[in-house]
Amino acid sequence: MERQIHIEPVTRVEGHGKITVFLDAKGDVRDARFHVTELRGFEQFCVGRTLWEMPGLTARICGICPVSHILASAKACDAILAVQIPPAATLLRRLMNLGQMVQSHALSFFYLSAPDFLLGWDSDPATRNVVGLVAANPQLARKGIRLRAYGQEIIDRLGGRRVHPGWAVPGGVNQPLTAENRAWMLEHLPEALATIHETLGLFKSSFGSVEERSVLAEFPSLYMGLSRPDGAWEHYAGVLRLVDAKGKVVVAAHDPSRYHEIIQEASEAWSYLKFPYYVPKGYPNGMYRVGPLGRVNACSHFATPLAQAELEEFRDGSAARSGRVFDYHTTRLIEILAALEEIGELLADERITSPHVRAEAGINALEGVGVHEAPRGTLIHHYWVDSNGLIEKLNLIVSTGHNNLAMNRAVREIAKSYIKKGKVSEGLLNRIEGGIRAYDPCLSCSVHAVGKMPLVVEVVNAAGELETTLARD
Amino acid sequence: MARVRKVRVATMWFSGCSGCHMSLLDIDETLIDLAGKIDLFNSPLTDLKTFPEEGVDVTLIEGAVGNEEHLALVRTAREKSKILVALGDCAVTGNVSALRNGMDPDRLIEDIYGKAATTNGELPYEAVPHLVGRVRPLSEVVPVDYFLHGCPPPAHLIAKAVFALVEGKTPDLAGPDLKFG
Ligand code: SF4
Repeated sequence: MERQIHIEPVTRVEGHGKITVFLDAKGDVRDARFHVTELRGFEQFCVGRTLWEMPGLTARICGICPVSHILASAKACDAILAVQIPPAATLLRRLMNLGQMVQSHALSFFYLSAPDFLLGWDSDPATRNVVGLVAANPQLARKGIRLRAYGQEIIDRLGGRRVHPGWAVPGGVNQPLTAENRAWMLEHLPEALATIHETLGLFKSSFGSVEERSVLAEFPSLYMGLSRPDGAWEHYAGVLRLVDAKGKVVVAAHDPSRYHEIIQEASEAWSYLKFPYYVPKGYPNGMYRVGPLGRVNACSHFATPLAQAELEEFRDGSAARSGRVFDYHTTRLIEILAALEEIGELLADERITSPHVRAEAGINALEGVGVHEAPRGTLIHHYWVDSNGLIEKLNLIVSTGHNNLAMNRAVREIAKSYIKKGKVSEGLLNRIEGGIRAYDPCLSCSVHAVGKMPLVVEVVNAAGELETTLARD
Repeated sequence: MARVRKVRVATMWFSGCSGCHMSLLDIDETLIDLAGKIDLFNSPLTDLKTFPEEGVDVTLIEGAVGNEEHLALVRTAREKSKILVALGDCAVTGNVSALRNGMDPDRLIEDIYGKAATTNGELPYEAVPHLVGRVRPLSEVVPVDYFLHGCPPPAHLIAKAVFALVEGKTPDLAGPDLKFG
């Protein structure tokens, strides 16, 4: 008889979800699904509002990466104003995006995932969290907290607040960087760099072997991210690049404003999160991954030396790309390093404190696309307006959405190795959640459309009956 | 030495953006002091999925009541908590999460997932909680003890309120701290 297993809610991820595992008559895994269970309707209620409201309003899609939505939105608005923003504004937006990457990656690593590695996958669920980490390793916890705070402080010192700063606007940003704040950022950069070096060292020495890194499933896919024209890792501008599992470049430089030529979306009855896919390969074969693993696998190199050295060590002389879900953590740490290096370069640029940070203009185009890299992957805002600048239609493809097919695949693979002949082995719940957590899905973003997600594993039998619900209590 | 009983805290998120929880984490290293004073039970930040049998002292809820699951959960939260705090504008007023009010949920779903919007047009009605017709603030469903304003409430305000509650005092939330947005 077939069975179903449920995990609900999925915890230590940012948003709401649950998981169902379907077993066949022999009790082996037939399928597994990761459901996103909320919806908020941004694409609908933004219609009729003015362009000028969009950065501030769409920020509320996600409190973890509000800066991503603010920047993607501001870029889409720049396109509608048909302006080139001042050089200092570009530098400042890049700086804020990197601050966001540091804080968000540090949150994912130290607050959400580190309890699994540092306290143990099978440690007591009551203390396997950030409070438990503070108790077990206060020194490391404090460093992680301070690293995240550095990223948040950059955002605050640029935009006046940490969450939902109303700072990037159509045409640029609304406040320059003061000399005092620039000095603060430079002064605290060495501490942040020291923390990431130490963390990378600790991480590599604890999880050096391929077996250890294979704990969360491994499978090939395409990888996507923005890159510079020469293939270098990029986060704010550039072109869309796709690379396959063997390291072959599938799409070298696609104009991001024509994203719909290579990406389309499908929907399923059991999730509020849509399923984007790479058009030439069709649905669902056109699975690709974004975010740290997607960007790092898609790029040819890093433009900064320390991150490049880490990349060489990570690739280990092979052209093939890692398909290990666990390597989301590895690449996330490498990206923190890359972000901190570029923060240093930006702050060294004299133009960064220029008072000229905003281009003023009216409505000069009726359509605009803004694409950039959020911590969790490529983020697309696409607006259509009338001649008064009122929104007629919008399309948002959020970072976590791109990974939807791949997250489902990871859950299925992990379920297969922990459920055999109807026997569910200990540790399944947390490994599955760990698989999802590695992607660091931002379910708040995902459900901009409708809502959020908790995690439950439900086991459903062949007759479609619910047999067990696995949720901790 | 008498051991001080730690205050039992839970946190939840409904229809919101996680920003209020981020603001809670934005108390940075103060988190370490707080960790010494509380036991954190069910929360998106822990692996505990449900309220402990005997309940908790304080529950902070971010977000508005947006689907049928939230409706049940907010009632359970009220039952299981001595003090219920609405954390942030979505929980206090509905805020951005309530902007979809006035739109029919079925129409919303058709617009987002129907044939016109996606490749295969599967409408999500299975294994996902149904949307309520009107998004509501917590206090329209259950009595709420404290309201923390802001989108999100600033970290210092959250710290002030939580530390007061942990010490068994009434948080002073009037004056300059009382503002939306
Ligand atoms: S009040 Fe603001 S910050 Fe809090 S959940 Fe709602 S939109 Fe997000």
